[in-house]
Amino acid sequence: MQAFHFDLCELPGETKGLRDDVRAFLAKELANVPAVTRAQTWSGSDPEFSRKMGAKGWIAMTWPKKYGGHERSAFDRYVVLEEMLAAGAPVGAHWIGDRQSGPLLMRFGTEEQRQKILPRVAKGECYFCIGMSEPDSGSDLAATRTRAEKVEGGYKVNGTKLWTSGAHTAHYMIGLFRTHLDPQNKHAGLTQFLVDMKTTDGVTVRPIKDLAGKSHFNEVVFQDAFVPDEMMVGTEGGGWNQVTAELAFERSGPERYLSSFILMVEMIRQLEKEGGSRGAREIGRLVAHLVTLRQMSLSVAGMLDKGENPALEASVVKDLGAIFEQDMPVRAHELLGLEPTVGAGSDYEQVLGYLTQTTPSFSLRGGTREILRGIIARGLGLR
Amino acid sequence: MNELQTILADSVNGLLSERVTRDLIQKAEDGVWPQALWNELEANGLTRVLAPEAQGGAGGTWADAAIVLKAAGRHVAPLPLAEAVLAHWLLAEAGIAAPDGVLTVMEGDFALAGGKLSGTAPRVPWGRHAAHGVALFGAEVVLAPLAGAAIGHDINVAREPRDAVTLKDVAVQSASVSLPKNALRLYGALIRACQMAGALDYLAEQTVAYANERTQFGKPIGKFQAIQQQLAVLATQAAAAGIAADHACASLNKGDATFEIAVAKIRADDASSIATSIAHQVHGAIGFTYEHGLHFATRRLWSWRAEFGAGTEWAESLGRETISRGADALWPYVTAR
Repeated sequence: MQAFHFDLCELPGETKGLRDDVRAFLAKELANVPAVTRAQTWSGSDPEFSRKMGAKGWIAMTWPKKYGGHERSAFDRYVVLEEMLAAGAPVGAHWIGDRQSGPLLMRFGTEEQRQKILPRVAKGECYFCIGMSEPDSGSDLAATRTRAEKVEGGYKVNGTKLWTSGAHTAHYMIGLFRTHLDPQNKHAGLTQFLVDMKTTDGVTVRPIKDLAGKSHFNEVVFQDAFVPDEMMVGTEGGGWNQVTAELAFERSGPERYLSSFILMVEMIRQLEKEGGSRGAREIGRLVAHLVTLRQMSLSVAGMLDKGENPALEASVVKDLGAIFEQDMPVRAHELLGLEPTVGAGSDYEQVLGYLTQTTPSFSLRGGTREILRGIIARGLGLR
Repeated sequence: MNELQTILADSVNGLLSERVTRDLIQKAEDGVWPQALWNELEANGLTRVLAPEAQGGAGGTWADAAIVLKAAGRHVAPLPLAEAVLAHWLLAEAGIAAPDGVLTVMEGDFALAGGKLSGTAPRVPWGRHAAHGVALFGAEVVLAPLAGAAIGHDINVAREPRDAVTLKDVAVQSASVSLPKNALRLYGALIRACQMAGALDYLAEQTVAYANERTQFGKPIGKFQAIQQQLAVLATQAAAAGIAADHACASLNKGDATFEIAVAKIRADDASSIATSIAHQVHGAIGFTYEHGLHFATRRLWSWRAEFGAGTEWAESLGRETISRGADALWPYVTAR
C-alpha cells in the first residue's frame, strides 16, 4: 500500500542563525502584545508588521529575485513560519499571498501579472483573499455558481462568494468563477481570475460576524463586475486543476497544528505557578503529539523542497493537526477547570476564551475534516 | 531510505513474511519455540544489525535498526528479535563479545558483586528460551548466562513468553558504559515503539484490504463513507507512530534521545488504542475470532503499549520536565532537539 510517505526531514544546520534573528525580532516586536492577541496568530492582521517582515526579507522567501523574492530554501521559509506562529505574531495580512496566491501566480499567472503584483506581496504591502466558497458551494467546490460571462475585453461577473477571509483588507481576490456550464461535468468550465478589490465596480464586501463577535470573514457580492481579460489566471476552464494544486499549499504549512499553541504555553504557565506536578501526564501527552506533528509537518516541507507533491501528506497533517488544536481547550478545561473569559481575566483565561470559541473553525477552514479524510481514503485506494 | 536501507527492508520483510506463517505463530502461542527461524535471523545478521562489523555485526545505525524492528512488529515475529538487537547493541557499547544463541534483555532488580550477579527480572521476553540475558546494574552492562537461572513461566496477552528470571551468584561478564538513567527501560521503550509502528502499518493495510473484499448491501464496505472515514483515521495514526519512532531512532544516532523516545512511546501508545479499535470495528465479528489473524497484531499492541512503560508513565516524566523547564522554554526546547 504505502499510501503515505513521511520521511524524516532534518532542518539544515544553517537555519539556526536565521531562527535566532527571527526570535530576536519577535522578542522586540511582541514585547507588549497580550497573550490573547497573540493567540490569533495567522488570523491577526497588522499591515505595519507585514511591512516590517517584508523589509526583513521574510516574505516571499523562496521566490525568484526578479519577482521580489529572496531565493532562500523551503527550510528557511519553514523556520520563519513556525517561529512566527509559535510566538503568535500577527502575520495574517500577507499570509495568503505568501502561502498560496503568490505561488499560484508564479505557476499559472502571466508575466505581466507577476511583475505587477509579486514584488508588492514580497514587500508586505499587497494582500490576497481567496474566493472559493459560495452559499451553495462549500465542500462541494465544483458546485461553484458565480458566473464570469465573456464580454468585450473581459468578463462580467455575477454571484456571491462566502466566508472570504480578509476580503475587507485584501488588494486582490483570486476568484474561482464559472465560465462555462456543462451539467455533465461540473469540474469543467471553472476559471480563476484576479479581482482588484480596491477599484472594481460592482464588488460589495459585507463583513460576517463570527460567533466570537469578530469579523475576519465576509460575504463578497459581484453585480456585473467587470474583470479584464488580462486578469485571468491560467487557462480558461483550467480552474479545477489549478485550485487543487493551490489547496496543497493551503494545507501544507505548520499553521495547521500550531494555531492553539499559545494556549498550550499558557496552560504550562498556570501549572508552573501551582508548583506541583499536577497535569504532568496531560502536558507530556500534548508535548508528544506536538513534537510528532512537527516532524510530520517538516516532512511535508522536505517534500515541497524536493519539488514533490505533498497533497496527501498535507491532508494527513491538517487532519491530525486540527484534532490536536481542538483538543487543547478541552484538555485545558479538564485539567484546570477555570472559566474562559472575554475582555477580563488572566492571560490564560482570556486565551482559553478566545480559543474555546474559535477552535470549531479549525476543522472547517481550508477543507473540512470529512473532505480531508475522503482525500486520505482515496489515497488508500478506497475510492 | 538510502539504497542499503531499501535492501535491508526488502530482505528482512521478505524473510519474515515467508517464514512467519500463521502455523508458526500459532505453534509459538502453544509454546513451540521457532528455533529454525531464529537460526535464520542470526545467519542473516539481523539480530546484530547494530553490532560493529568487527564483532560479526552489520555496523548499522539506529535508522537501520528501525527497519528491522518495524519488520519484527509488522510480521508479529514470535521470538526476541527486537530484544536481541538491543542486547547486541548494549554489549557492543560495553565492548563485551556477544555470544551465539538466543539473547534477550532483562529489566529487573540486580546486584553485581565480585563478578557475580544476583536478583530477579520479573518479565523477561522469552527468558525460558534464552541462552543469555543482558541486564544493567548502574552503569554496568552485564551479560549473564541463563543456564542455571530459576525461570518462572508467564506470558503476556499476545502469548509471548514473559518469564520471571532469578539469578543467584551467577558468574557474569560486565563492563561500565555511559548510559542514561534507567537505560533498559528507555531503550526497551524504543524497540517497542518501533515494533508498534510496524504492527500499526500492518493493521492499516490489512484493514483496508479487508474493507475492499468484504461485501455488504451489494458493495465492498470500503465504499461506504462511514468506513472510509474510519480507515483514514487508522492510517493517519499509523503514520504518526511511524515517524515518531523514526525520529527517536535518528535522535539516538546523534546522542541522547530520552526525550524523543518518550515521545515515540506515548505516540505509539495513543495510536494503538485508536487503531486497534477501528481495525476490529471494520473487521466485524470475523476479526474477533481466533481463526482470523487480526488479533496476532492487536493483542501484541495491547501488550506492547504497556511494556517498558506505558504512554502514561512516559507522559508523566515528559510533562514534569516540561513544566519545570517553564512555559517559555517549551518552544526553544522542541526546536533545539
